[in-house]
Amino acid sequence: MLQDKDRIFTNIYGRFDKSLKGAMSRGAWDGTKGIIDKGRDWIINEMKASGLRGRGGAGFPTGLKWSFMPKASDGRPSYLVVNADESEPGTCKDREILRHDPHTLVEGCLIAGFAMGAISAYIYVRGEFIREREALQRAIDEAYEAGLIGKGNKNGYDFDIYVHHGAGAYICGEETALLESLEGKKGQPRLKPPFPANMGLYGCPTTVNNVESIAVAPTILRRGAAWFSSIGRPNNVGTKLFMLVGHVNTPCTVEEEMGISFRELVEKHGGGIRGGWDNLLAVIPGGASCPVVKAEDIIDCPMDFDGLREKKSSFGTAAVIVMDKSTDIVKAIARLSYFFKHESCGQCTPCREGTGWMWRVMERLVIGQAQKREIDMLLDVTKQVEGHTICALGDAAAWPIQGLIRNFRPEIERRIDEFSRNAHQVQPLMAAE
Amino acid sequence: MSVRRLAEPALQPAAFAFSKAKAAEVKTWIAKYPQGREQSAVIPLLMLAQEQEGWVTKAAIEHVADRLGMPYIRVLEVATFYTQFQLKPVGTRAHVQVCGTTPCMLRGSEALMDVCRSKIHHDQFHTNDAGTLSWEEVECLGACVNAPMVMIFKDTYEDLTPERLAEIIDAFEAGKGDTVKVGPQVDRFYSAPQSGFTSLKDEKAVLKSTRVREAKTAAAAPAQAAAAPSNAARPKTDAPETNPAIKSPSKVKVAPAAEQVKSVAPAHSAKAANLAEPTVEKTVKQRSGKTAKAEPVSAYKAPETLKGEPIGAARAKGDAGPAAAKPSLTDKNRPAGIEKPAAVDDLKLISGVGPKIEGILHSLGIYTFAQVASWKKAEREWVDGYLNFKGRIERDDWVKQAKALAKGGVAEYIRVFGKKPV
Repeated sequence: MLQDKDRIFTNIYGRFDKSLKGAMSRGAWDGTKGIIDKGRDWIINEMKASGLRGRGGAGFPTGLKWSFMPKASDGRPSYLVVNADESEPGTCKDREILRHDPHTLVEGCLIAGFAMGAISAYIYVRGEFIREREALQRAIDEAYEAGLIGKGNKNGYDFDIYVHHGAGAYICGEETALLESLEGKKGQPRLKPPFPANMGLYGCPTTVNNVESIAVAPTILRRGAAWFSSIGRPNNVGTKLFMLVGHVNTPCTVEEEMGISFRELVEKHGGGIRGGWDNLLAVIPGGASCPVVKAEDIIDCPMDFDGLREKKSSFGTAAVIVMDKSTDIVKAIARLSYFFKHESCGQCTPCREGTGWMWRVMERLVIGQAQKREIDMLLDVTKQVEGHTICALGDAAAWPIQGLIRNFRPEIERRIDEFSRNAHQVQPLMAAE
Repeated sequence: MSVRRLAEPALQPAAFAFSKAKAAEVKTWIAKYPQGREQSAVIPLLMLAQEQEGWVTKAAIEHVADRLGMPYIRVLEVATFYTQFQLKPVGTRAHVQVCGTTPCMLRGSEALMDVCRSKIHHDQFHTNDAGTLSWEEVECLGACVNAPMVMIFKDTYEDLTPERLAEIIDAFEAGKGDTVKVGPQVDRFYSAPQSGFTSLKDEKAVLKSTRVREAKTAAAAPAQAAAAPSNAARPKTDAPETNPAIKSPSKVKVAPAAEQVKSVAPAHSAKAANLAEPTVEKTVKQRSGKTAKAEPVSAYKAPETLKGEPIGAARAKGDAGPAAAKPSLTDKNRPAGIEKPAAVDDLKLISGVGPKIEGILHSLGIYTFAQVASWKKAEREWVDGYLNFKGRIERDDWVKQAKALAKGGVAEYIRVFGKKPV
């Protein structure tokens, strides 16, 4: 288990002093100037050496992403954009950083901005996080007052940080949709290439990073890449905020080392599964878009990128949605299908039409009013949506359903049998809208 | 995606203007973006308009468009795309947004929606008769560890039960919404486990001063004597190829014979290299091969004692070598020895004692089963350490064996253990 002295987020529960003074007493802004004095290349190399993988879900190496930014400006300024549009169902880690430990993020913005030669950072906070946005703004104001950021600051790199917010669109968590939204348009993803590192915000080189990726950077640089990479398993190193959601006895957000086993995580922090371990049915290990994993597969699985890929799921944002045997698993996934149908931006036809289609079939599968061949047809449709859209929302909508069919096909078939056995008692359902 | 339209013309007010306070906020928002990129402020401005009016009116959309120099259609697009903008009037005292996505559903958000249906209106987005309350089902609000939850205006109410939500709705209905505690509605600290903290229990553990102090004590503590590098892996040649500064093999191929000629003989003998570094191993001993021939068992002389002390003791004293690591012979836990009695028991009958061990035991003055049977725990440990036996005395239970043999010899042994002594 991770010890308190190795935690990066030292005030994640907001229990201690949240002000700049309190954060500094816990080590924030300690020797930031020294880090900046070591130069861009040193910072990027150290980030690469630390093995930090982006914490927003895809797990792209953060140091590598920073290195894509142009070394010399061609006249256009560069921007850092922080993605705090946290809307993946199950995920609520950035919320805790924003409202309780915002100074880690502010300091991270300055260092990351310096490493990529950005002139300013925009932090895009989701619209519903109103109190969180206020807390973040307070932290930024404090940093300006203390002369830590802004023009002519103590750290020797002029840098501005602005808070922006959205208005309730899941798709704006996709980096190019986020940039569109930040430019004051509908949040519809852009085609890539050009990648944001060449043409991002306002047509300028831009890097979009998750809140957690940026917020851990100062501590990594202070304590060294070797310290960070010594935690966890190779290629899956460091600490991570885990969220235990659903049917555990005490749901919570907690920072733990990568690769902790599911059992240990739940026993130590979640107070066990509701009704005991025998009562565990399935787990969605990384937020709504990850395929569901059956209980027997997950129990001793190390919770990290590679561990969960072996289980044909993904680590995502480490939002562990636990479902016990009282769960109507088909309904739970059908609700996710509704979520993706609701949040599709409508730009690409496979996703716009496919998400609605998949949801309607899922709703029928919940009560069993379907033919068994429709299960295969549904699977086929998910395969046709997957990979045929501009952004990954189409994939995200397809994966939960694929996971359900892979793991719980007998349950779906049982419902169909049950329904046809009692078909004479059922009122005809209206056709799909 | 969802289809969203503006409210009917009958509901739309004629005009919109930001209040004085909001106008100041509008300015700060617009100032955040570079010159010519004022369009970026459209979402924040529409949100301010919604805060002021309760919902986004057509007049507000047009006002924002004029303010930012945008075509109306672009602002209209934004207002209808983002679901947080209310395009129709909502409850004046509370608009309850119930999160209905799977994580909240698993923890019972459907029951919360039933409460809304019975207390407010059967359908979403409809106000109750007085126009004070309305509700809607929203997608994930990002407080999943505190599920189920609702959001009313700017605040979230988490860890709800249907009963608690009914109370909260009543409070808002009565205009006393500000008296309701925000955040978790159960005894819980934000997102920490309800049963108590499992981490970050004490701020001292994460303070910078603690870390500095620990670093200091670690630096002040006598550094563990750094082990000198063993020369076990030292190459047996001093040829320049083994120079660590050379990173890759030379591209120029060298004939093995020529190489051998060039190779310099090691400055030290292979035998010396084979020896462990004395500073590491503390004793000079060879890495491979035997130090000396093992003494044959018969080399042990007939046990005799010298002034009450077995002669083995003198041998141990005189030999600073292997015996040095053994427990001291003068230790108080050493079992008392006796002079060689007339009838010496055959200690080899005890399982675990062979001729060699028997010899050592004799040298300690141990000749009878009764002696072994009387050993106390500390004495057993001492002998175990002296014989370097790694707990075998306990495992084989010499005491029990010796007791049986002392009592009735082999017959008793067979009776107790069900087998012949070996």
